[in-house]
Amino acid sequence: MTAPIALEGVHKSFGPKDVLRGLDADIPAGEIFAIVGPSGVGKTTTLRLLDLLLPLDQGRILFGGRPCAAGSPEALEHRRRMAMVMQNPTVFRATAFENVAYGLWIRGVPEAEIHGRVFAALDFVGLLDAAKEKADHLSGGEQQRIAFARAAVLGPEVLLLDEFTANLDPANVRLLEGAALRFRKETGCTVVIVTHNLFQAKRLANRVAFLLDGRFVEIAPAAEFFETPSRPETRAFLTGEMAY
Amino acid sequence: MRAMTDISEISQIVGISLLVAGTSTLIGSVVGIPLGVLVALKEFRGRNFVRTLAFTFYGFPPVLAGLLVFLLLSRGGPLGFLGLLFTPLGMIIAQSLLIAPIVMGITISAVTNVSRRLYDTALALGADGRQWRVTALHDARVGVLTAVMVGFGRAISEVGAVLIVGGNIRGQTRVLTTAIVLETSQAHYVEATIFGVILFAIAFAVFAALQRLQERGFV
Repeated sequence: MTAPIALEGVHKSFGPKDVLRGLDADIPAGEIFAIVGPSGVGKTTTLRLLDLLLPLDQGRILFGGRPCAAGSPEALEHRRRMAMVMQNPTVFRATAFENVAYGLWIRGVPEAEIHGRVFAALDFVGLLDAAKEKADHLSGGEQQRIAFARAAVLGPEVLLLDEFTANLDPANVRLLEGAALRFRKETGCTVVIVTHNLFQAKRLANRVAFLLDGRFVEIAPAAEFFETPSRPETRAFLTGEMAY
Repeated sequence: MRAMTDISEISQIVGISLLVAGTSTLIGSVVGIPLGVLVALKEFRGRNFVRTLAFTFYGFPPVLAGLLVFLLLSRGGPLGFLGLLFTPLGMIIAQSLLIAPIVMGITISAVTNVSRRLYDTALALGADGRQWRVTALHDARVGVLTAVMVGFGRAISEVGAVLIVGGNIRGQTRVLTTAIVLETSQAHYVEATIFGVILFAIAFAVFAALQRLQERGFV
């Protein structure tokens, strides 16, 4: 199962600060879509809006062709068709197994089914042996792998990854990137990645969007985005000449 | 040693102490934990005021709580007709008033910390409002147990409120702390010391058990 996403004129402010000022994008089903941009430009806010964790000020978000809004009666149903991995590993004070099983428990999935799905998800991220370990006693990299397995086990139509390898060592970065690519290949789900790591965007994404001053300045296929960007702002950002 | 410190009387004093401290901790927890969770997770007008009020009551003088309950339960007071003055139930009411804000305040802190850390994660994994509140309380369980431990510590060691409301009546409302006060005032230092050692031993045993539970994190 997979779903396209559309952003239409999305605005979001925090107090007097206009963070997003008319965000437009069409993300086809099954695409890996990366959002890059300077720090504090609203990348994580965009993901939180997509996951209906924040209300919009203006504009629309369409999920599978249907508008959806945070706080609406359908928001929970929409949110349960997505899954998100946060930037910092945030695990529950419970075992690795219980962490991964959480989303299934709250959906009322039968216990017998949970067991098999959780062990498969832990195996997927190479943590089968850690099932009984307390999650908060694991390393940062292992906790982030738990967080990925916890999202993947839900079989989401849309997977949202917020700087999901930030602050991890190269081995864990490689492992998690591999898991993301395999997961998308096996399920065909739509993936939206927020990253400040341009190399990661290049390695993973089908298309890349450059977010600056509250808008997508450029959206292009990954090869084109990195080799022949059309906008001077994108070129300045990629070459490190943009002071922000 | 005088006859009053015989085993049966000591057992009776220990029993009343545990009954009063245990019951008031239970009532304080039953009231304080849900209120703490509510204040930590629910946005409403005056939330900061309620939070500050709960923290202020940490330092609420027990003798003042005892005086208020005494006036409430005394014959001329609004609840005098219940006849609860100088009874263990009256002492439990006074101590519950002292313990509930402590349990509530520490629960607020514990659940607020969990909320800051896990709110987005739980919702992003599909939790609804009720499931999130259950998750937050479950994840804050070590902190909430700390609140109960602090509440019990206050109850078992408290003297002012139970002395005023209970009256330190032999065989009825005498607890370990009021017995220590009485024996000391009569220069019966050996008896006072025996009660002190018993009080310390009970507190140590209860806290050791609770601490063990806390370290295991209930997993």
